[in-house]
Amino acid sequence: MVASVSLCRVCKQPAIIDLPRHHANFCAEHFIELCRRQVTKAIEGFDMLTAEDRILVAVSGGKDSLAVWDLLIELGYQADGLYIGLGIGDYSDTSGQYARDFANQRGLTLIEIDVRATHGYDIPTAAAATRRVPCSACGTTKRHLFDQAALDGGYTVLVTGHNLDDEAAVLFGNTLRWDIGYLARQLPVLPARDGFPKKVKPLVRLTERETAAWCVVRGIDYLIEECPMAEGNRHLQYKAALNSIEQQSPGSKAAFYLNFIEHMAPLLAGQAELPDGLQECTRCGSPTPGDICAFCRIAERASAHDPVPVEFLAKKKKKAQR
Amino acid sequence: MRVVLRNPKREIEIVGKRRVHALLDELQLSREAHLVIRNGTLVPGDAQLSDDDEIEIRPVISGGA
Repeated sequence: MVASVSLCRVCKQPAIIDLPRHHANFCAEHFIELCRRQVTKAIEGFDMLTAEDRILVAVSGGKDSLAVWDLLIELGYQADGLYIGLGIGDYSDTSGQYARDFANQRGLTLIEIDVRATHGYDIPTAAAATRRVPCSACGTTKRHLFDQAALDGGYTVLVTGHNLDDEAAVLFGNTLRWDIGYLARQLPVLPARDGFPKKVKPLVRLTERETAAWCVVRGIDYLIEECPMAEGNRHLQYKAALNSIEQQSPGSKAAFYLNFIEHMAPLLAGQAELPDGLQECTRCGSPTPGDICAFCRIAERASAHDPVPVEFLAKKKKKAQR
Repeated sequence: MRVVLRNPKREIEIVGKRRVHALLDELQLSREAHLVIRNGTLVPGDAQLSDDDEIEIRPVISGGA
Protein backbone atom coordinates (compact mmCIF):
# COMPACT_ATOMS: atom_id res chain seq x y z
CA MET A 1 0.00 0.00 0.00
CA VAL A 2 1.23 3.47 -0.88
CA ALA A 3 0.56 6.07 1.79
CA SER A 4 -1.04 9.37 0.93
CA VAL A 5 1.18 12.40 1.50
CA SER A 6 -1.64 14.74 2.51
CA LEU A 7 -2.68 14.92 6.12
CA CYS A 8 -5.95 16.10 7.61
CA ARG A 9 -5.76 19.73 8.71
CA VAL A 10 -7.55 18.88 11.95
CA CYS A 11 -6.15 15.55 13.20
CA LYS A 12 -3.02 15.05 11.01
CA GLN A 13 -4.22 11.57 9.99
CA PRO A 14 -4.08 10.61 6.27
CA ALA A 15 -6.46 12.77 4.22
CA ILE A 16 -9.06 11.46 1.78
CA ILE A 17 -9.77 14.74 0.03
CA ASP A 18 -8.00 17.97 -0.85
CA LEU A 19 -10.10 21.13 -0.85
CA PRO A 20 -7.99 23.88 -2.41
CA ARG A 21 -10.64 26.54 -1.66
CA HIS A 22 -10.11 25.88 2.04
CA HIS A 23 -6.32 25.52 1.56
CA ALA A 24 -6.67 22.21 3.37
CA ASN A 25 -6.99 18.43 3.25
CA PHE A 26 -9.37 16.41 5.41
CA CYS A 27 -9.81 12.85 6.67
CA ALA A 28 -13.28 11.29 6.34
CA GLU A 29 -14.38 12.25 9.85
CA HIS A 30 -13.35 15.87 9.60
CA PHE A 31 -14.60 16.24 6.03
CA ILE A 32 -18.05 15.14 7.25
CA GLU A 33 -17.77 17.63 10.09
CA LEU A 34 -16.89 20.41 7.62
CA CYS A 35 -19.95 19.62 5.46
CA ARG A 36 -22.26 19.58 8.48
CA ARG A 37 -20.84 22.92 9.58
CA GLN A 38 -21.27 24.52 6.15
CA VAL A 39 -24.88 23.33 5.86
CA THR A 40 -25.70 24.46 9.40
CA LYS A 41 -24.16 27.84 8.60
CA ALA A 42 -26.35 28.16 5.49
CA ILE A 43 -29.53 27.04 7.31
CA GLU A 44 -28.98 29.38 10.26
CA GLY A 45 -27.44 32.27 8.34
CA PHE A 46 -30.30 32.48 5.87
CA ASP A 47 -33.13 31.45 8.26
CA MET A 48 -33.93 28.44 6.13
CA LEU A 49 -35.44 25.97 8.56
CA THR A 50 -36.68 25.53 12.11
CA ALA A 51 -37.07 22.34 14.13
CA GLU A 52 -40.86 22.69 13.78
CA ASP A 53 -40.89 22.81 9.99
CA ARG A 54 -42.51 20.05 7.96
CA ILE A 55 -39.91 19.62 5.25
CA LEU A 56 -40.30 18.13 1.79
CA VAL A 57 -37.06 17.38 -0.09
CA ALA A 58 -37.16 17.26 -3.90
CA VAL A 59 -35.24 14.04 -4.64
CA SER A 60 -33.91 13.03 -8.04
CA GLY A 61 -31.75 10.03 -7.10
CA GLY A 62 -28.62 12.08 -7.82
CA LYS A 63 -25.89 13.06 -5.38
CA ASP A 64 -27.13 16.50 -4.35
CA SER A 65 -30.70 15.66 -3.44
CA LEU A 66 -29.70 12.48 -1.58
CA ALA A 67 -26.89 14.35 0.19
CA VAL A 68 -29.18 17.16 1.35
CA TRP A 69 -31.82 14.70 2.54
CA ASP A 70 -29.15 12.72 4.41
CA LEU A 71 -27.66 15.89 5.92
CA LEU A 72 -31.03 17.19 7.12
CA ILE A 73 -31.91 13.88 8.78
CA GLU A 74 -28.43 13.74 10.33
CA LEU A 75 -28.86 17.28 11.67
CA GLY A 76 -32.12 16.24 13.35
CA TYR A 77 -34.75 17.62 10.97
CA GLN A 78 -37.90 15.74 9.99
CA ALA A 79 -37.97 15.51 6.21
CA ASP A 80 -39.92 13.49 3.64
CA GLY A 81 -38.80 13.06 0.04
CA LEU A 82 -40.58 13.71 -3.25
CA TYR A 83 -39.52 11.90 -6.41
CA ILE A 84 -40.95 12.83 -9.80
CA GLY A 85 -40.85 10.22 -12.57
CA LEU A 86 -40.13 12.30 -15.66
CA GLY A 87 -40.21 9.42 -18.16
CA ILE A 88 -36.67 9.96 -19.48
CA GLY A 89 -36.20 6.29 -20.46
CA ASP A 90 -33.75 4.14 -18.49
CA TYR A 91 -32.37 7.27 -16.82
CA SER A 92 -35.64 7.85 -14.95
CA ASP A 93 -36.09 4.15 -14.13
CA THR A 94 -32.64 4.00 -12.55
CA SER A 95 -32.84 7.35 -10.74
CA GLY A 96 -36.16 6.37 -9.16
CA GLN A 97 -34.63 3.15 -7.86
CA TYR A 98 -31.78 5.04 -6.16
CA ALA A 99 -34.28 7.35 -4.46
CA ARG A 100 -36.45 4.39 -3.32
CA ASP A 101 -33.45 2.43 -2.03
CA PHE A 102 -32.18 5.44 -0.07
CA ALA A 103 -35.58 5.98 1.57
CA ASN A 104 -36.20 2.27 2.28
CA GLN A 105 -32.78 1.71 3.84
CA ARG A 106 -33.38 4.59 6.26
CA GLY A 107 -37.10 4.14 6.90
CA LEU A 108 -37.92 7.52 5.34
CA THR A 109 -41.10 8.51 3.52
CA LEU A 110 -40.80 9.01 -0.24
CA ILE A 111 -43.75 10.43 -2.16
CA GLU A 112 -43.72 9.52 -5.87
CA ILE A 113 -45.42 11.24 -8.79
CA ASP A 114 -45.18 9.75 -12.27
CA VAL A 115 -45.79 12.49 -14.82
CA ARG A 116 -47.09 10.18 -17.55
CA ALA A 117 -49.43 8.34 -15.19
CA THR A 118 -50.82 11.51 -13.64
CA HIS A 119 -50.63 14.03 -16.47
CA GLY A 120 -50.34 11.93 -19.63
CA TYR A 121 -46.91 12.98 -20.87
CA ASP A 122 -43.18 12.66 -20.29
CA ILE A 123 -40.28 15.08 -20.74
CA PRO A 124 -38.99 13.86 -24.15
CA THR A 125 -42.54 14.17 -25.51
CA ALA A 126 -43.00 17.58 -23.90
CA ALA A 127 -39.76 18.81 -25.49
CA ALA A 128 -40.89 17.59 -28.93
CA ALA A 129 -44.45 18.87 -28.59
CA THR A 130 -43.50 22.33 -27.35
CA ARG A 131 -40.34 22.60 -29.48
CA ARG A 132 -38.53 23.85 -26.39
CA VAL A 133 -35.21 22.60 -25.07
CA PRO A 134 -35.84 19.58 -22.82
CA CYS A 135 -34.43 21.31 -19.69
CA SER A 136 -37.04 24.06 -20.05
CA ALA A 137 -40.04 21.70 -20.17
CA CYS A 138 -38.43 19.62 -17.40
CA GLY A 139 -37.86 22.63 -15.11
CA THR A 140 -41.41 23.94 -15.54
CA THR A 141 -42.87 20.49 -14.88
CA LYS A 142 -40.76 19.84 -11.79
CA ARG A 143 -41.30 23.28 -10.24
CA HIS A 144 -45.06 23.00 -10.64
CA LEU A 145 -45.26 19.50 -9.20
CA PHE A 146 -42.88 20.33 -6.31
CA ASP A 147 -45.00 23.36 -5.36
CA GLN A 148 -48.26 21.49 -5.66
CA ALA A 149 -47.06 18.46 -3.66
CA ALA A 150 -45.64 20.68 -0.89
CA LEU A 151 -48.87 22.66 -0.55
CA ASP A 152 -51.18 19.64 -0.87
CA GLY A 153 -49.14 17.72 1.72
CA GLY A 154 -49.15 20.57 4.24
CA TYR A 155 -45.35 20.96 4.15
CA THR A 156 -44.01 24.31 5.34
CA VAL A 157 -40.75 24.23 3.36
CA LEU A 158 -39.59 22.72 0.09
CA VAL A 159 -35.86 21.85 0.03
CA THR A 160 -33.87 21.45 -3.16
CA GLY A 161 -30.32 20.14 -3.59
CA HIS A 162 -28.93 23.13 -5.48
CA ASN A 163 -25.24 23.44 -4.58
CA LEU A 164 -22.64 26.19 -4.84
CA ASP A 165 -21.72 25.21 -8.42
CA ASP A 166 -25.38 25.30 -9.51
CA GLU A 167 -25.91 28.73 -8.00
CA ALA A 168 -22.62 30.14 -9.29
CA ALA A 169 -23.42 28.89 -12.81
CA VAL A 170 -26.90 30.46 -12.76
CA LEU A 171 -25.41 33.68 -11.39
CA PHE A 172 -22.78 33.62 -14.13
CA GLY A 173 -25.49 33.30 -16.81
CA ASN A 174 -27.66 36.01 -15.28
CA THR A 175 -24.63 38.31 -14.98
CA LEU A 176 -23.56 37.76 -18.58
CA ARG A 177 -26.98 39.04 -19.60
CA TRP A 178 -27.26 41.56 -16.71
CA ASP A 179 -30.69 40.13 -16.14
CA ILE A 180 -31.66 42.24 -13.15
CA GLY A 181 -35.01 40.56 -12.56
CA TYR A 182 -33.44 37.12 -12.29
CA LEU A 183 -30.43 38.42 -10.34
CA ALA A 184 -32.75 39.96 -7.77
CA ARG A 185 -34.51 36.65 -7.30
CA GLN A 186 -31.38 34.50 -7.05
CA LEU A 187 -31.52 33.93 -3.31
CA PRO A 188 -30.96 30.80 -1.23
CA VAL A 189 -34.38 31.31 0.37
CA LEU A 190 -37.59 32.21 -1.41
CA PRO A 191 -40.35 33.01 1.07
CA ALA A 192 -43.82 31.53 0.69
CA ARG A 193 -46.21 33.75 -1.27
CA ASP A 194 -49.46 33.61 -3.21
CA GLY A 195 -49.84 29.85 -3.46
CA PHE A 196 -46.08 29.07 -3.59
CA PRO A 197 -44.36 27.25 -0.71
CA LYS A 198 -41.18 28.54 0.98
CA LYS A 199 -38.16 27.16 -0.92
CA VAL A 200 -34.65 26.77 0.47
CA LYS A 201 -31.26 25.55 -0.75
CA PRO A 202 -29.18 24.29 2.21
CA LEU A 203 -26.25 23.14 0.00
CA VAL A 204 -25.30 26.59 -1.31
CA ARG A 205 -22.09 26.55 0.73
CA LEU A 206 -20.92 23.16 -0.66
CA THR A 207 -19.48 22.54 -4.11
CA GLU A 208 -20.69 19.57 -6.09
CA ARG A 209 -17.33 17.88 -5.65
CA GLU A 210 -18.02 18.12 -1.92
CA THR A 211 -21.60 16.81 -2.13
CA ALA A 212 -20.38 13.89 -4.26
CA ALA A 213 -17.62 13.20 -1.72
CA TRP A 214 -20.22 13.33 1.08
CA CYS A 215 -22.12 10.54 -0.70
CA VAL A 216 -18.98 8.44 -1.23
CA VAL A 217 -17.88 8.78 2.40
CA ARG A 218 -21.40 8.12 3.74
CA GLY A 219 -21.86 5.09 1.46
CA ILE A 220 -24.80 6.62 -0.41
CA ASP A 221 -25.42 5.04 -3.82
CA TYR A 222 -26.63 7.58 -6.31
CA LEU A 223 -27.11 7.92 -10.05
CA ILE A 224 -23.74 9.01 -11.45
CA GLU A 225 -24.72 9.12 -15.10
CA GLU A 226 -25.72 12.50 -16.51
CA CYS A 227 -29.24 13.07 -17.80
CA PRO A 228 -29.15 12.21 -21.53
CA MET A 229 -31.17 15.33 -22.29
CA ALA A 230 -28.91 17.76 -20.39
CA GLU A 231 -25.73 16.95 -22.34
CA GLY A 232 -24.06 20.07 -23.67
CA ASN A 233 -26.57 22.51 -22.17
CA ARG A 234 -25.56 26.09 -21.34
CA HIS A 235 -25.60 25.47 -17.60
CA LEU A 236 -22.89 22.80 -18.04
CA GLN A 237 -20.84 25.17 -20.20
CA TYR A 238 -20.96 27.82 -17.46
CA LYS A 239 -19.90 25.26 -14.87
CA ALA A 240 -16.93 24.20 -17.00
CA ALA A 241 -15.87 27.86 -17.40
CA LEU A 242 -16.13 28.50 -13.65
CA ASN A 243 -14.22 25.31 -12.83
CA SER A 244 -11.44 26.38 -15.13
CA ILE A 245 -11.17 29.66 -13.18
CA GLU A 246 -11.48 27.81 -9.86
CA GLN A 247 -8.58 25.51 -10.68
CA GLN A 248 -6.34 28.51 -11.32
CA SER A 249 -7.74 30.56 -8.45
CA PRO A 250 -9.26 28.39 -5.70
CA GLY A 251 -12.17 29.98 -3.86
CA SER A 252 -13.39 31.97 -6.87
CA LYS A 253 -16.75 30.22 -7.15
CA ALA A 254 -17.56 30.69 -3.47
CA ALA A 255 -16.45 34.34 -3.58
CA PHE A 256 -18.46 34.99 -6.75
CA TYR A 257 -21.70 33.59 -5.34
CA LEU A 258 -21.47 34.25 -1.60
CA ASN A 259 -20.22 37.81 -2.04
CA PHE A 260 -23.04 38.42 -4.49
CA ILE A 261 -25.52 37.26 -1.85
CA GLU A 262 -23.88 39.39 0.83
CA HIS A 263 -23.11 42.58 -1.09
CA MET A 264 -25.17 42.74 -4.30
CA ALA A 265 -28.43 40.97 -3.52
CA PRO A 266 -29.43 43.58 -0.87
CA LEU A 267 -28.90 46.34 -3.46
CA LEU A 268 -31.20 44.53 -5.87
CA ALA A 269 -33.97 43.88 -3.36
CA GLY A 270 -37.25 45.11 -4.78
CA GLN A 271 -36.09 44.74 -8.37
CA ALA A 272 -37.37 41.19 -8.78
CA GLU A 273 -39.86 41.09 -11.60
CA LEU A 274 -42.62 39.25 -9.86
CA PRO A 275 -45.76 39.33 -11.94
CA ASP A 276 -48.49 41.47 -10.43
CA GLY A 277 -52.08 40.41 -10.22
CA LEU A 278 -51.61 36.66 -10.17
CA GLN A 279 -54.82 34.76 -10.61
CA GLU A 280 -55.74 31.10 -10.36
CA CYS A 281 -55.04 28.92 -13.39
CA THR A 282 -58.42 27.91 -14.81
CA ARG A 283 -57.17 24.31 -15.16
CA CYS A 284 -55.24 23.56 -11.96
CA GLY A 285 -55.74 26.56 -9.67
CA SER A 286 -52.04 27.45 -9.45
CA PRO A 287 -51.07 31.13 -9.41
CA THR A 288 -50.44 32.47 -12.91
CA PRO A 289 -50.35 35.85 -14.63
CA GLY A 290 -52.59 34.55 -17.45
CA ASP A 291 -55.62 32.28 -17.67
CA ILE A 292 -53.65 29.04 -17.97
CA CYS A 293 -50.33 28.39 -16.21
CA ALA A 294 -47.14 27.34 -18.06
CA PHE A 295 -47.37 23.80 -16.69
CA CYS A 296 -50.93 23.27 -17.94
CA ARG A 297 -50.00 24.66 -21.35
CA ILE A 298 -47.16 22.12 -21.60
CA ALA A 299 -49.39 19.30 -20.30
CA GLU A 300 -52.12 20.14 -22.82
CA ARG A 301 -49.79 20.05 -25.82
CA ALA A 302 -47.60 17.16 -24.69
CA SER A 303 -50.43 14.83 -23.63
CA ALA A 304 -52.00 15.23 -27.09
CA HIS A 305 -48.69 14.34 -28.80
CA ASP A 306 -47.59 10.81 -29.72
CA PRO A 307 -45.03 9.58 -27.16
CA VAL A 308 -41.44 10.42 -28.18
CA PRO A 309 -38.70 8.09 -26.90
CA VAL A 310 -35.68 9.80 -25.33
CA GLU A 311 -33.37 7.99 -27.78
CA PHE A 312 -35.05 9.80 -30.68
CA LEU A 313 -34.34 13.23 -29.17
CA ALA A 314 -30.78 12.27 -28.21
CA LYS A 315 -30.05 11.17 -31.81
CA LYS A 316 -31.58 14.38 -33.18
CA LYS A 317 -29.46 16.45 -30.80
CA LYS A 318 -26.24 14.69 -31.80
CA LYS A 319 -27.05 15.17 -35.47
CA ALA A 320 -27.63 18.90 -34.86
CA GLN A 321 -24.31 19.20 -33.02
CA ARG A 322 -22.32 17.66 -35.89
CA MET B 1 -3.64 0.23 -13.09
CA ARG B 2 -7.22 -0.29 -14.18
CA VAL B 3 -9.06 3.01 -14.45
CA VAL B 4 -12.85 3.21 -14.70
CA LEU B 5 -14.22 6.36 -16.33
CA ARG B 6 -17.85 7.46 -16.49
CA ASN B 7 -20.28 9.11 -18.88
CA PRO B 8 -20.05 6.80 -20.71
CA LYS B 9 -18.73 4.08 -18.43
CA ARG B 10 -15.52 2.59 -19.79
CA GLU B 11 -12.21 1.16 -18.62
CA ILE B 12 -8.65 1.99 -19.58
CA GLU B 13 -5.31 0.58 -18.49
CA ILE B 14 -2.56 2.98 -17.35
CA VAL B 15 0.95 1.72 -16.76
CA GLY B 16 3.29 3.18 -14.17
CA LYS B 17 3.04 5.05 -10.89
CA ARG B 18 1.72 8.57 -10.88
CA ARG B 19 -0.04 10.96 -8.54
CA VAL B 20 -3.81 11.57 -8.73
CA HIS B 21 -3.44 15.10 -10.11
CA ALA B 22 -0.98 13.89 -12.75
CA LEU B 23 -3.42 11.19 -13.85
CA LEU B 24 -6.27 13.72 -14.15
CA ASP B 25 -4.07 16.15 -16.07
CA GLU B 26 -2.90 13.36 -18.38
CA LEU B 27 -6.53 12.44 -19.13
CA GLN B 28 -7.37 16.16 -19.51
CA LEU B 29 -9.97 15.97 -16.75
CA SER B 30 -10.73 18.93 -14.48
CA ARG B 31 -9.62 18.46 -10.88
CA GLU B 32 -12.62 20.50 -9.78
CA ALA B 33 -15.04 18.29 -11.65
CA HIS B 34 -13.87 14.83 -10.57
CA LEU B 35 -13.27 12.64 -7.55
CA VAL B 36 -10.73 9.84 -7.59
CA ILE B 37 -11.54 6.64 -5.73
CA ARG B 38 -8.80 4.05 -5.16
CA ASN B 39 -9.87 0.54 -4.20
CA GLY B 40 -13.18 1.95 -2.94
CA THR B 41 -11.74 4.86 -0.93
CA LEU B 42 -11.45 8.55 -1.84
CA VAL B 43 -7.90 9.81 -2.30
CA PRO B 44 -6.53 13.38 -2.40
CA GLY B 45 -4.70 14.93 -5.34
CA ASP B 46 -1.17 14.10 -4.23
CA ALA B 47 -1.85 10.42 -3.45
CA GLN B 48 0.49 8.09 -5.32
CA LEU B 49 -1.27 5.51 -7.50
CA SER B 50 0.43 2.25 -8.47
CA ASP B 51 -0.06 -0.48 -11.05
CA ASP B 52 -2.10 -2.82 -8.88
CA ASP B 53 -4.64 -0.15 -7.90
CA GLU B 54 -8.25 -0.19 -9.06
CA ILE B 55 -9.16 3.41 -9.81
CA GLU B 56 -12.52 5.06 -10.46
CA ILE B 57 -12.58 8.60 -11.78
CA ARG B 58 -16.03 9.91 -10.95
CA PRO B 59 -17.39 13.07 -12.56
CA VAL B 60 -19.32 15.27 -10.15
CA ILE B 61 -20.96 17.77 -12.46
CA SER B 62 -24.67 17.54 -13.09
CA GLY B 63 -26.61 19.53 -15.62
CA GLY B 64 -29.93 20.38 -14.03
CA ALA B 65 -30.58 23.81 -12.64
